[in-house]
Amino acid sequence: MAWKFLTVYWREMIRFVRFRTQLLSSLLQPALWMAFFGVAMSSNFSRFTSDIPIPPGVIAVDYLTFMAAGVIAMTTLFTSLFGGISLLFDKNWGLMREMLASPMPRTHIMLGVSLSGMTKSFIQVAIIMVFGLLLGVEFFPGFSPLRIVVSILGIFVFVAIFSLGFLLFSSNISMRLESPEGLQGIITLLTLPLFFVSNALYPIQAFPELLQALSTYNPLTHLVNGVRYFALGSEFFAVGARYTSTPTDILLSFSYLVVFAAVMYLLARQAFLRAVVT
Amino acid sequence: MEGADIIEVRDLEHTFNGIKAVRGITFSVRKGEIFSFLGPNGAGKSTTINILTTLLPPQTGMVQVAGYDVAREPDKVRKSIGIVFQDEVLDRDLTVWETMEFHGRLYSIPRGERRQRIADMLRVVELESKRDERTKNLSGGMKRRLEIARGLMTRPEVLFLDEPTSGLDPQTRIRMWDYIRQVNAAGTTIFLTTHYMEEADMLSDRISIIDHGRIVTTGTPDELKSSLGEDVVYLETVDDTKAREVLQGVGDIRSITDSLRGLSITISTDGSHCLPRIVERVRDAGIEISSVNLKKPTMDDVFVHYTGRELRDTGA
Repeated sequence: MAWKFLTVYWREMIRFVRFRTQLLSSLLQPALWMAFFGVAMSSNFSRFTSDIPIPPGVIAVDYLTFMAAGVIAMTTLFTSLFGGISLLFDKNWGLMREMLASPMPRTHIMLGVSLSGMTKSFIQVAIIMVFGLLLGVEFFPGFSPLRIVVSILGIFVFVAIFSLGFLLFSSNISMRLESPEGLQGIITLLTLPLFFVSNALYPIQAFPELLQALSTYNPLTHLVNGVRYFALGSEFFAVGARYTSTPTDILLSFSYLVVFAAVMYLLARQAFLRAVVT
Repeated sequence: MEGADIIEVRDLEHTFNGIKAVRGITFSVRKGEIFSFLGPNGAGKSTTINILTTLLPPQTGMVQVAGYDVAREPDKVRKSIGIVFQDEVLDRDLTVWETMEFHGRLYSIPRGERRQRIADMLRVVELESKRDERTKNLSGGMKRRLEIARGLMTRPEVLFLDEPTSGLDPQTRIRMWDYIRQVNAAGTTIFLTTHYMEEADMLSDRISIIDHGRIVTTGTPDELKSSLGEDVVYLETVDDTKAREVLQGVGDIRSITDSLRGLSITISTDGSHCLPRIVERVRDAGIEISSVNLKKPTMDDVFVHYTGRELRDTGA
């Protein structure tokens, strides 16, 4: 049966709601980013960029709204990168053997864990959007109700494919590593460049050329592109820069994330099929 | 009797980083028996079990479990076996019921059937009242019973029990033995490893002892114990020289030697049957007996005899 991964998914979700501290921190963390970093930076950026003229006919977006898309992306990135850690715990506590010695196909173990990670990201993204609303984030400016629904779906599709890619990456690493500390090290090493060499918090237009080039290969940039397109429209002005994106740009960003996820799937699959856990 | 073997291992070898953990072992387990696999730490026991349970792919040799080759059809082997791992393999934050439900789903047992079997198995291991308890709150014995129930819910043809009673108190251990016998009587073949020689002796139909990656002996517990030699009677009297004279020529006595205190009399048959005659003979001769002791070879003796006395777990 093709739905076997639901077994693993079910157990992962039980754990998610049962580990109260993990649940609480994963829900609070994005809200805290918005509340402190967002509000603090917002007032600064508005001061710096207040004298840059806004081109006529373009919607001006305040910094809090601009960075809310970045916080959605960042939260998805962190949660997904850590998503594979439950596999490491399963390995260390011997629980992995129960699954590997069962007829459950290994790819389904991998998918079950990944889909539960994706669900966690969905929950977090929903919280950020609701909490953002309370803080004054102005997503979907002047959108019709139908367009808002489509936009929310669009954001979730982007979050889904992006988180899948990084969850599979994390699962892959976890299957090859021995200890959670190793994974933590790799995550720490990766998050800084991924996060800062992207358009999550500021425009990349002002980056040095090399960083600009690098940022276009960064999946996070493409996730942020997608989220901003659906949340703010195809044309807006923020942090002193004008943003325009065509549906083709967005489709390219999406394709990039699909390819990224596909490659990660193949690598993770190989790691799972080869894994020997005794 | 090819068809009656449920596990067949031929010329199995396994090497880790150039070190041969298993050096060509061949053995078979008969359908319906309790088979014990004994050996010191590092003897190759775990490697063999990991291969039999498909956790480790075999390198060379042939291994069949329940009629399927572990290398070619691991999934069919997986469906046919149940495992109770050596160390505790329980998700601490799942309840007893969830633990069973998860396992049943891993094996794709249909929902109705699964729920029924969970209820049945929890009754068998007397954990019905703990159904909604998280596993971390169970006692050691309850955890082990839950693991056995879990291993059995898929109705395996072979149940692997890797040191099922280690760390349990003596009462719980005796209860576990009852469960194991019950399960076996219901038709499940048991593959057991244990560090308790008494346990192997009590439960097993047959035992193999493995050491340094090779099987050093196989047999029923009685065969193994009697292969070590005869029962010995230790006798102390007021006049050992006279007692020795009197005992000359008694049937079944193989030899009489002086021991630290008194005589040590080697019996060629069952010592417990010969002992009354020895006592009678010495008493009839008017010699007062101050102490008499019968010693039969135990599984401990068998184990030490075949695997030596050196400490394991030192070095590699």
